[in-house]
Amino acid sequence: MPTAYDTSMKQKDAPAQAAVPFVAADTLYKSFGTRRVLKGISLCVGRGETLAVLGRSGTGKSVLLRLIVGLTTPDSGSIRIQGQDLAGLGLDQLGEIRMKMGFLFQHAALYDSLTVGENVAFPLEHHRREMSSAERGDLVIKLLEEVGMEDARHKMPSDISGGMQKRVGLARALALEPEILLLDEPTAGLDPISSGEIDDLILKLQRERQMASIVVTHDLHSAKTIANRLALLNGGEVAIEGTFEDLQQSDIAFVAQFLKSS
Amino acid sequence: MSDRGFKATSGVNPALPRQRIVHAPLVNAPSAGLVTGFFEWFGELGIFCWRVLRAAATPPYEGRELIRQLDEVGSKSLPLVAMAGAAIGVVVSLEARYSLSRFGAKSMFPATLVYSVIQVMGPIITGLVVSGRVGAGMGAELASMKVTEQIDAIEASAINPYRLLAATRILACILMLPLLTLAADACALLTGWFAQALVEPLSFHQFISSGFNGATFDAVLPHTLKTAVYGLIIGVIACFQGMRTTGGAAGVGRAATNSVVLASLFIILADVVMVKFILVAFP
Repeated sequence: MPTAYDTSMKQKDAPAQAAVPFVAADTLYKSFGTRRVLKGISLCVGRGETLAVLGRSGTGKSVLLRLIVGLTTPDSGSIRIQGQDLAGLGLDQLGEIRMKMGFLFQHAALYDSLTVGENVAFPLEHHRREMSSAERGDLVIKLLEEVGMEDARHKMPSDISGGMQKRVGLARALALEPEILLLDEPTAGLDPISSGEIDDLILKLQRERQMASIVVTHDLHSAKTIANRLALLNGGEVAIEGTFEDLQQSDIAFVAQFLKSS
Repeated sequence: MSDRGFKATSGVNPALPRQRIVHAPLVNAPSAGLVTGFFEWFGELGIFCWRVLRAAATPPYEGRELIRQLDEVGSKSLPLVAMAGAAIGVVVSLEARYSLSRFGAKSMFPATLVYSVIQVMGPIITGLVVSGRVGAGMGAELASMKVTEQIDAIEASAINPYRLLAATRILACILMLPLLTLAADACALLTGWFAQALVEPLSFHQFISSGFNGATFDAVLPHTLKTAVYGLIIGVIACFQGMRTTGGAAGVGRAATNSVVLASLFIILADVVMVKFILVAFP
């Protein structure tokens, strides 16, 4: 099977720095009870590169993201973030690495006791203590403008739609200027117009910030739009990894079935 | 009943089907699970306490969140604790007057009321009332945050949830319980005196000076300060139950219920131990 680096070289849009491994997962295994979810997954993502992880429900896509951000530990295998192994790190050391990552949760996971603006300001209040409240306020407005949510600053998360919550979640994920962006189902449950807007937003952010991104999604159209490379999971393993054209040309029955059904 | 596929032939013993020998388990399976679960629970609680302790001892300190929690636990529990204290004061007053009259010891009424309220009823009632209000609230709040991935989001934002969520809540409980107990004691003594004064004229000054006559700090302080341990129990149990929740809305309900039940139970057990300790340490 070709590695992430081999396939990334084929892409028309792959940036020049794609070979820098910002995220490198090596033969990850993860089980929950007797159910083995991941069976030796290896993936790499470089700077400015977007990898879309596709697959059926329950194939461990979200688990993969949780492993990368250190919310869950793998049974075996290693995860390196900019060369640093996550294994054996304490919460505070892990915190240093997590500050380089932005995570958009599947249901946005906004803090429901805080307003939209306070949600975005939350990581800044904890990690940019040197900032004055005025500077923080300006940055929050800038971030909300970036995702088109500046008017909702004083609203509570329960008062805005699912798509808006994802935009706010994205603004919060970007607050600490991450070098790695992890997106869990950014377009799930959204109407086609909102999905398209989120895709455009992700593309715009990628162009401007050159982050390494991993996008977990069911949405093949969205994956094709935003990602340089796609990895299709089947039964806890990577069935195929490559560009959309590689997937189309594949003679693996599961790949053909997945493309046909999407 | 099924003949299991073989027929009896007259005069001939049919061959019995081969049976797999199943050894009886050495330990009854459900009770073994219960025992394992019991030790697992305490093991997880120990790990949780260690993480909270380590997080609380190292900077950055979450001062703003602590103040918010002090308000949440203290000011918002005050009306309930005051009402419970007031009710207990009347009950103890009525019971004490009746019992003391039977033994001709009515003059002992103020001291009986003061000592019963300060040493026994005030602390335990405050502990149980706060356990109900704060334990359920904290357990449900944290459980809801857990199932909606808000705690994961905090952790993913490189913020230690044990420091931000657990340490601040536990510390607020520890600090506020003795103060709430003082408030409950004051309300109980006030209503206890009032209930007595309605039957027999007794000035408040007379009641207090007679009630506290000969009382030392040792008689009052340890019983009030022991409620800090109740606060520790309420905070730890509620945060632990909340932060380990799984299973959606049902899990949130379970966490709230378990927080109250376990905290109340542990408060009563702790009271047994602490009463003995106080009697030995402050004779």
